[in-house]
Amino acid sequence: MNHDEHDGPRRIANRVLATLLVASLAGAVLLPFAAMAPNRLVSGESVSLLTALRPWQTLGLAALAGALALACLVRPLGERRGARLTLVAAPLALLLTLYGLGDYAQRALTDASPAARVSQGAAFWVLVFCTSLMIVDAFQRLGSSLWLRSGYGLLLVAAVAALFATGTFNALSILREYFNIEDAFVDQFVTHLTLVGLALAPTLAIGLPLGLLAHRRPATRGVLFSVLNVFQTIPSIALFALLVAPLSALGDAVPWLGALGVAGIGAAPAILALILYSLLPIVRNTQAGFAGVDPATREAARGMGMTRQQILWRVEVPLALPVILSGLRIVTVQAIGLTVVAALIGAGGLGAFIFQGLGQYAIDLVLLGAVPTIALAVIADFLMQILVAVSRPAGAR
Amino acid sequence: MMAALLRCERRRDALLPLLSLLLVALVLFMGRLEPLFHAAFPQLETPVYARESFWRLTLDHLVLVLVSSLISVSVGVSAGLFVTRRTGREFEPLVSALAAIGQTFPPAAVLAIVVPLAGFGFVPTIVALTLYGLLPVVQNTITGLRTVPPDTLEAARGTGMSARQILWRVELPLAMRVIIAGVRVSVIINIGTATIGSTVGAQSLGTPIIAGLVGDNIAYVIQGAVLVGLLAIVSDLSFERLERRYRIGGEATD
Repeated sequence: MNHDEHDGPRRIANRVLATLLVASLAGAVLLPFAAMAPNRLVSGESVSLLTALRPWQTLGLAALAGALALACLVRPLGERRGARLTLVAAPLALLLTLYGLGDYAQRALTDASPAARVSQGAAFWVLVFCTSLMIVDAFQRLGSSLWLRSGYGLLLVAAVAALFATGTFNALSILREYFNIEDAFVDQFVTHLTLVGLALAPTLAIGLPLGLLAHRRPATRGVLFSVLNVFQTIPSIALFALLVAPLSALGDAVPWLGALGVAGIGAAPAILALILYSLLPIVRNTQAGFAGVDPATREAARGMGMTRQQILWRVEVPLALPVILSGLRIVTVQAIGLTVVAALIGAGGLGAFIFQGLGQYAIDLVLLGAVPTIALAVIADFLMQILVAVSRPAGAR
Repeated sequence: MMAALLRCERRRDALLPLLSLLLVALVLFMGRLEPLFHAAFPQLETPVYARESFWRLTLDHLVLVLVSSLISVSVGVSAGLFVTRRTGREFEPLVSALAAIGQTFPPAAVLAIVVPLAGFGFVPTIVALTLYGLLPVVQNTITGLRTVPPDTLEAARGTGMSARQILWRVELPLAMRVIIAGVRVSVIINIGTATIGSTVGAQSLGTPIIAGLVGDNIAYVIQGAVLVGLLAIVSDLSFERLERRYRIGGEATD
């Protein structure tokens, strides 16, 4: 980035990092870091960061904050070296925050009643959020490649996974909630992914040919896109719910369909609704992908004596693939989110915990449904982004 | 090809008043359809949702969406403007990344996390809708302002326009279509999420849907779903029209 247009001598090279640092410090001091409650249904008493952490942890965080403050300045490091320092200090602060919370929960519960719960507070979320953004900002400043960022992300995920594996968080309320329902959690997690998969496969089977049709017969585009757009517009719960009645009638009227699981409540309306939602991005991107193929390339392929089929499979599809996969990326992320709502019509999935938790005012159960869903969506988005990058022809990468 | 698209646009324009009329009529006179629902679902004792009037539910739904969208648009456009000015330019990449990553979060999950933390009900639901609705507005404001050609800005500066004049007379008009597209996405998502708001204590058109699903009353489900579906389609078509007005060259190109 170019900052030369600022007047006068500048001390701060990275105002974004400075802002995030001030926000995390303010959050850490002013907001509760954790909460301790006598049982899972009441909100607890706030505990500040200074009381919750051991002295060495607080000192560690202070030292890392000092390093990050140094990383903001023009001298002695400057912007690029400051960004590299951030990529070391920010993740350490993040991991120390996570470890500190788990450690506090263990200590706090040693002589408390078995029903007592320790949960994370606002300061914890602020620190996690701000340190993550510091990392994103540092990578943007360094202009690092997708591969470097992926490797770094993987390392960070591995470090957090190691904290989980060593039982650091086991005393936390949300993990205790998890241990209560471990089997059900795994089941619903698998159901969630299965619903997404069962919806995406037919979407591709229908959407890709429709996209090709829209490309070859422009006259179909108006009607096709308008109809598919209507499905995207209707709120998810309304579409899920509207499919309940016809499908239950269908399942009753045609016994063998009923035997296959076609029923008003459950997976069938959910999968159908997900397909209807997913069609527009797939069809639109397939059409756009084919439209983006240079006519000269097609002409050259024809000149080489390729048949229509060969041109389609060897020229057009590979060239359109990145755009089609971008459509699949949108649809995958969208389907993971919409499946949450499918729990309301009895299809299961992680949404089941969310709505169960909302019904019982049990926030840990809600988080147990919502946080993995968000993580799933973000991870799927990232993986699809890598897939799109890989599918680009070497010259265009 | 263009002709076919335009023909389709005109057909959709004709739909808008019809669907709006249907929506208003259903909101006001759903009760009159009782014999129809009774005939379709003879096993149900009360085939029309009656715990609250449909116009009240629609009004609550609209208030949820309008209040949150107004805040989202004013904050989102301001944030987009800030990061595209000289003083805020440094924040642009991070704000863009945040808006992009944030939109991969499922809106229902965001609602489920934010609302209990802020204490169930109407206002917390507005907070959640506002937060989520911000993202497409910010993203499109930045994109819209970024796509204004530098030559155009240079020319405006050359004619002696002040920064403020350039913003109001050149940048915003040129970016308007993209900004409105962002508002459209934000409003449509919020109409959908407000429906789920009925699970966190905010009354909306989702209330009869949830009541119907819980109480095994398909008629309630249909009534709520048809109304909220129509509301979303009517809003979307209205935004489409508004967007077209800001197409470069205006309606004249139609």
